Amino acid sequence: MTAGIDLGHPQAQAIRSDEDVVRVRQLVRGVAVAVKLSLVDQTKVVTAASELARNTLVYGGGGTVEVATVDNGRRRGVRIVFADSGPGIPDLDLAFTDGYTTGGGLGLGLSGARRLVDEFEIETSPETGTRITVTKWSR
Amino acid sequence: MERVPILKIGDILLVSIQLDMSDQTAVALQEDLAERIVATGCHGVIIDITALDIVDSFVGRMLSTIASISKVLDAETVVVGMRPAVAITLVELGLSLNGIRTALNVERGMELIAAARADELDYQLDDDPDAETATP
Amino acid sequence: MALSAEESGRLAALLGGHAERVTQRWTEIVAGSLRGRLSQAELRRQVQDLHSAIVATGEHGAIDLSAESAAELRAALSDLSRGRARQGFSATETAISVFALKDVLAGLVEEAGGDNALRDYIAFSRLIDEMGLFTFESFVRTRESLIADQAEQLLELSTPVVKLWEGVVAVPLVGTLDSARAQVVMERLLQTLVDTGSPYAIIDITGVPAVDTQVAQHILKTVVAARLMGADCIISGIRPQIAQTIVALGIEFGDIATKASLADALRHVLRLNGVETARRQPRRDV
Repeated sequence: MTAGIDLGHPQAQAIRSDEDVVRVRQLVRGVAVAVKLSLVDQTKVVTAASELARNTLVYGGGGTVEVATVDNGRRRGVRIVFADSGPGIPDLDLAFTDGYTTGGGLGLGLSGARRLVDEFEIETSPETGTRITVTKWSR
Repeated sequence: MERVPILKIGDILLVSIQLDMSDQTAVALQEDLAERIVATGCHGVIIDITALDIVDSFVGRMLSTIASISKVLDAETVVVGMRPAVAITLVELGLSLNGIRTALNVERGMELIAAARADELDYQLDDDPDAETATP
Repeated sequence: MALSAEESGRLAALLGGHAERVTQRWTEIVAGSLRGRLSQAELRRQVQDLHSAIVATGEHGAIDLSAESAAELRAALSDLSRGRARQGFSATETAISVFALKDVLAGLVEEAGGDNALRDYIAFSRLIDEMGLFTFESFVRTRESLIADQAEQLLELSTPVVKLWEGVVAVPLVGTLDSARAQVVMERLLQTLVDTGSPYAIIDITGVPAVDTQVAQHILKTVVAARLMGADCIISGIRPQIAQTIVALGIEFGDIATKASLADALRHVLRLNGVETARRQPRRDV
């Protein structure tokens, strides 16, 4: 499990359309600024959120995102949870391979997003869909 | 859906992206640009992304596609004004923007296009057997 | 461990009743330990602050250092240790400023006598021990933040980005590069490219004794990032050992331009830019 105590109420946002992906970016940006991430780290976490939100929309058939601030006593951070009830990811190893895509993209969504954050957890199954939790800590 | 405006300045089309684009807007821009290149006969496209605070793989792919399409339509594309944080993130993401020319700002971008056109004209001159003897 | 309300009252009465004597004696003991590095007047003021904070807290009921009612006392202790830490005193010297009160109290309690004398003294001692520990904690915290500040200042100092020529900036890197510093330097370099509109950057690593994989990766990523922004980087001053490390680690420098010295790198850039350099002129004449 990832360490850290959640602070405040997580902000939720549905992902149903292209415009929602834009809203997710703005939501994550706001929280990242609030926990004082550096400009580069803000950019990284917003980019990762954009990739994952698009995955939720395109592969998961839409879903929800929750953005919360976390605090482990020494540092603060942003934690984002993407959840969908789509078909799940059949082969995780393959999905994390740079350049592999089933959706006509560049195949950098999952693998790229994982490189941009500090913690990355994924649970996926055909029954429950996919749930991805990412965390970015301030330096 | 919002659309990104395309300005024509001389022989160059200038696209200054000022909003956080949805994927649809990005795709629309791609289509609009192709039409404008053909309609205007411009030989240069400058895409100014100074205002973009992130470029994800979708927008990255759009930029690559625009560059390839313009190439086919005999126009040079230069992406200008990428922020340092965006560039660092793209490197981490693993996106290399292959085939895209970049410049620090619009001015440098215009120089780059002008230089590329000049090179092309030079080649045409070189093809002419009299060209070399003609110069003193 | 808090003092009971009665004990606190007696402590306040004892200290308050002999205010002048207590501060006098307290100041003397502390002054002795600090060997004149702080003026008597300054010491006396600090001791008086602490004294009145203890008396005030004791008069209001039980003294519990962790309670809301002791906020003033905690503030006085923090002020003292912050000041000492900034002025470069040691932790012992700082703690003695508090522990000296024990000596003073020993005299007072003995004088006052009474059935509770011994028990009171033990209770008071415990409180003073607690105050001493609190002082020590804030002392360490202050020192830690001082060190962090200095590290940051050092980072600022050690990473200049200079403009060498119109359109050419350089970062002369000196000293050991760790991952954090490499990151700061690189971010600053890229920002300078934007601010000055310079399409060329020279990263000079003559002053870097060694690089590890991570640092080499940082430099490489910066070069790629600069390219994405429309600028070119040249790496100069690679030492033989570093070149060996780079090859041994299997790091691909690919098509990144490398030059032996900063001067060579600048000449290379100027040539690319079409500026005639002194060395080029005679060569053409030959």
